[in-house]
Parts: sequence; C-alpha cells; structure tokens
Amino acid sequence: MSLLRYESQVRPALVEGDKDYHQVTEDICRPVEAKPSKLWWTGFLISVLMLVFGIVSVTMEVMYGTGQWNLGKTIGWGWDITNFVWWVGIGHAGTLISAILLLFRQGWRTGVNRAAEAMTIFAVICAGQFPIWHMGRVWNAFFVLPYPNTRGPLWVNFNSPLLWDVFAISTYFTVSLLFWYSGLIPDLATLRDRAKKKWRKVFYGVAAFGWTGSTKHWQRHEALSLVLAGLSTPLVLSVHTIVSFDFATSVVPGWHTTIFPPYFVAGAIFSGFAMVQTLLVVTRKVLGLQEYITLEHIEVMNKVIVLTGSIVGIAYLTELFMAWYSHVDYEWFAFKENRVNLFSPYGWSYWIMMGCNVLSPQIFWFRKMRRNLVVTFFMSILVNIGMWFERFVIIVTSVYRDYLPSSWSTYYRPTIWEVGFYMGTFGLFFTCYFLFSKFFPVIAIAEIKHILKRSGGNFKDKMGGIEVETVNQFGDKHLHEH
Amino acid sequence: MAVKKFVTGCFKDEEVLFPAVKKTRRAGYKIHDVFTPFPIHGLDKAMGLRDTSLHTAGFIYGISGTATAVGFITWALTIDWRLNFGGKPFFSLPAWIPITFELTVLFAAVGMVLTFCYLCQLAPFVRKDHFNPRSTDDTFVMALECTDKTNDGEAVSFLQGLGAEEVKVEYRETGWWIGRYDSEKKRFEKTGEAAAAQS
Repeated sequence: MSLLRYESQVRPALVEGDKDYHQVTEDICRPVEAKPSKLWWTGFLISVLMLVFGIVSVTMEVMYGTGQWNLGKTIGWGWDITNFVWWVGIGHAGTLISAILLLFRQGWRTGVNRAAEAMTIFAVICAGQFPIWHMGRVWNAFFVLPYPNTRGPLWVNFNSPLLWDVFAISTYFTVSLLFWYSGLIPDLATLRDRAKKKWRKVFYGVAAFGWTGSTKHWQRHEALSLVLAGLSTPLVLSVHTIVSFDFATSVVPGWHTTIFPPYFVAGAIFSGFAMVQTLLVVTRKVLGLQEYITLEHIEVMNKVIVLTGSIVGIAYLTELFMAWYSHVDYEWFAFKENRVNLFSPYGWSYWIMMGCNVLSPQIFWFRKMRRNLVVTFFMSILVNIGMWFERFVIIVTSVYRDYLPSSWSTYYRPTIWEVGFYMGTFGLFFTCYFLFSKFFPVIAIAEIKHILKRSGGNFKDKMGGIEVETVNQFGDKHLHEH
Repeated sequence: MAVKKFVTGCFKDEEVLFPAVKKTRRAGYKIHDVFTPFPIHGLDKAMGLRDTSLHTAGFIYGISGTATAVGFITWALTIDWRLNFGGKPFFSLPAWIPITFELTVLFAAVGMVLTFCYLCQLAPFVRKDHFNPRSTDDTFVMALECTDKTNDGEAVSFLQGLGAEEVKVEYRETGWWIGRYDSEKKRFEKTGEAAAAQS
C-alpha cells in the first residue's frame, strides 16, 4: 500500500463496510437490475397522476388565459413566478455539489453528486415551465429568441433582465445536462457490460455511446469534468444572480436592492440542499445504499443548510435595516406594512418565511440533530416551505400595494388551476426522479471506486497504524515494498 | 481500422498494474491501451501518453462565444436596428455582460463535449470491440499490440510474470462500427487464423 493514498483517520470513511471494486458495482447496480418494487410503482403512479392534473391545469390556462390564475393588473406575478424562482433555486444545490465541491476537492460529493445533478436537471425543467406558460400566448414563445424575423427584423431587447433569464436558464439547463450525462457514460457502460437481457443490452449499449474505459479516454474525461466544473461554478452563481436581477433592476419597493444577487444565491443553495436531503434520506433507505450515502454525508449537508440558512437570515435583516435606514417612504412602507406587520393581509407569510428559514435550521448546531434522519427529513420539508414563502413574500407583498392606493389589490389567492400547475410540476419532477432511480445508477460508480482505497472504511482501518508509528517503524514496514 | 493481434492480461489491483506498465514499456513492448473501470491518476503519464489539449479547445470555444455575443448584440442594437431604451446609449456594454457570459459558457461547454465525443469516437449506436467486459467493473486490462517481431509466447509469459491473470493472445477490431450490443456480430467476421494468414 503506497503512502500516496493515505488520508487522515480524523476524516470518517466515505464508504462504509468491507468493499472491493466488484462489490461497489454490485451494490449500486442492484436496484437498477432488480424488478421495480410495489413502493416504486405506487410512488410513480402518484407522480404521473399529479403530472396529469398539471397538464389539465395548463390546458385551462392556455384556453382561457392567465386570468385563470387570478393574475390581473396589480398582481401580474403570483404563484407562477414564485414557483419558477423556487424550482430554479432547488436546482442550484446539484451544481454546487457536482461542480464547486469538485473544484474544492471534497471527496464526500461522490456519494451524492449523481442524484443531485439529476435533481438539478429535473428542477430546471420544472422551473422553465412557469415563464413559458405565463406568456399566455405560448405559441409565440419563440419570440424571445433573437432570430431574423419579418418585423424589421426587430431584435429582442438585450438590455432586459427577462431576456438575460432566457439565456441564463437555457444555458444552465444545457450545461447541467452535458455535465450530468458525460459523467454518466462510464457507469452506463458498466450496466451495459453486466446486462443479461436483450433490451438492457440494446438500451445501455446505445446510452453508453460505446465507452470502453481506455486510459486516453479517461484522461480526456477527467479534463472535461474539471473544465465543465470550472464553467458551471460561475454559471450557477450567474443564473440566480440574473434571476434576482428580474426584481432588483426594477423600481418596485422591496425589489430595488443591491443585496439581491448574493442573497438569492445563498437562498438557492439553501433550498437546494434541503431538496437533496428530502430525496436522499428516502432514496438511501429504499435502495439500500446506506453504506454509500452515510450519516456523514447527511451531516455535512446539514452543516451547509445551517450555514446558508444563516446567510439568508442576515440578508433578511440587512434588507430590513436598509429599508429603514434609506429613509425612502415607499421602501419602508413595503417592509413595515406589507411584510413585518403580522396583521397586514400577507404578514403571516413573512413570519412563516422567518420561522422556517432563519429560526428552524438553527437546530442543526447540535450534532445529534444533524445525524437524526427523522429530524433531517422534517427540516428539509420545512426549509423548502420557508423558501417557497420567501419568493412569495418578495413577489406578492411588493406588488399587491403599489404606488397608487386606488389600484391596490384585493386579497390575492390562487385558483385551483394555479395550484394544479404547481402540483403538476411536482408530478413532473418526481416522475423523472422515479424513472431516473430505476434506470440509472443513483451513485457515480466510477467515482466511488476512485476514492475507495483512500476513503473506504476497510482500507482506512488497515492504515490506522500509520498515525501512531514512529518514522523508523514506518520505514521498516513500508520502505522495501517496491 | 483493422483487426490486429493482441496479448491481453487482466490485473485486479492498480498497485500491481502501475509497476507492470512501467516494466512493460521498459521491456520494449507496445502497449495498445489499458482499460480501467475508473480514472487512475498518473497512469497516462506512466504509459507515456501526452497531455490532452481539450482545455485549449475549450478556451477557444469560450472566446468564440464571447466574440459571437458581443459582436452580434453590437451589430443588432447599434447598426441594424437602433432602439432607444429610455435614452440610454445604443452601445451599452455593461447591460450585455450577462448574455455575453452565458454564451461564453454555453459555447465552451457544448464545444468541449462535442470535441470529447469526436476525439474518443463516442456516439449513440457506436459499437467497439470490448477487450474484456469486466474492464468496466473491477478489472484492469492491459493490451499489448503484437508486431511482426513480437514473440507471442514470450509476451504471454512476460505479462504473467508481472502478475497478470487470464493472459490471452487475441484478434481484436481496433475501430468502431454501427452495431448493437446484444449481438456478437463484429464489423469484420474474421477468424483468428484468417487474420493471421493475411498478416
């Protein structure tokens, strides 16, 4: 055993149990190769039903217009854009895990990156639905693209944040998809070579692109992953920055603040990690992958949640302070009367946001709570409720009372079709996730093998002596090996 | 591409593989390739492969994205159809930074992935001769290419001496073809003897 592979005993093992390379392949491929369970079918069918309800809701909207969503002159953005920002934010944790943690050389990402990247892609697909269907005349959606047209050609407004969003979201989706799939190719080849049934051989044969595992190919693959990670890191920050520009570049009280970009990015990572926890706490149990997605992984992600939750909390307090300190009447009114005032029409939503996002994650200062799966699952749901309300607070409480009191809105509440559309995206998301977890390996097999001899439990145990040995003892034992 | 003759050996541990690769090169054998289930850092250096230029390609794609965005927006908003947005200058570069950045990333990422697939000859429906199906599971497969001067028997015992298992002399197709993985049909149906007779 060469010294190069040594990793301190202080770091807990990332793969538990006595594993070798073949065992890793077996463990991760087992759920893919087994018949789907009753639980899977139940979950899948519920998701499909929700998706169908979503399709019906969208059909209603296309037939009768955005009025179906209780949107009008005063409240032009309601649940739809709230949901859009919420879904985009959820996607960001996947890119953080796969890209930023790769650049920071965090070994623990290997256990969770594949599922988190898949989550990113599905979340971005869901997010994209909202601005598209919100257009109302969706058959004109291609107007957002700069193509030579017969109207001049009149180009799109490249100075508009809404157009930046078009470019940001579509680039984000494309790059995430490429990153995810290029990482998946070697693992699909593993499944292909293990396949016994004809359809599996054909399906994984096509999907694996003819991967062989040649050293030269691996060298290029490593280079590709690293550069894509380097590109995705600023990309993920830019995407939510641009989403926040949709608000920050306007002159609406409560939106017109410079703190929005970092505040939105922190919130996005916060909610994204919560969604990763929701999915993985269940996935690891159902697929029996507790030795790969260990309590350590869960704990580390809970630490990220308490960190980003606190950043978000500071951002809330900062914008509140600045609203008062700025001496702008409209700004202060939006905060004091529309948000903080518990007895204003939407005051309750502000306090739900504060409670779920700022107070509740503080429970993760305690190690026992970070390692408790029930608490983690419950908290992950709570955080996502809180983050949904954050976007709701920002959007609705700022627009329902604008500069002109005569146009103040009566109480805005969503219609069944607006709620149905949101539920439909849950259906879409979970349908995709169920299919993914059935047909693709939810953990990156090759990457786990890569860290196995450094961070695997059995290999760490064997090297435990190194830290207490003297130099001479170590030399006697290891020096003459080669 | 063509059918060639190889001596293949399987290794179960990269700790054995590394010294084996070095000794094989020193002995003057031509290593066709080493197939591994996961990337092994330093193996490319040990095999004497040069660094990949994929990074450089990515950089070129990236700046072409930057140039496309800046060039096109400048042309569209300052030359082709000037629009007055609230009295702001037609050439308002700061407002174009987001789209410029996104296109830089998009061009770099898409270009690099396509280049990667081209260089490695990866695509859907592509089939390649698989030296050993377990090379995507837990086996490191080293393939020595046999030339006219190679003595098969010597090469086999050499690999066995380095700790390789299941050492075999095989005829393999080196290129790719359109094919499915559920059939054993090769691109060229040649028996070992036929290929040997030809060479």
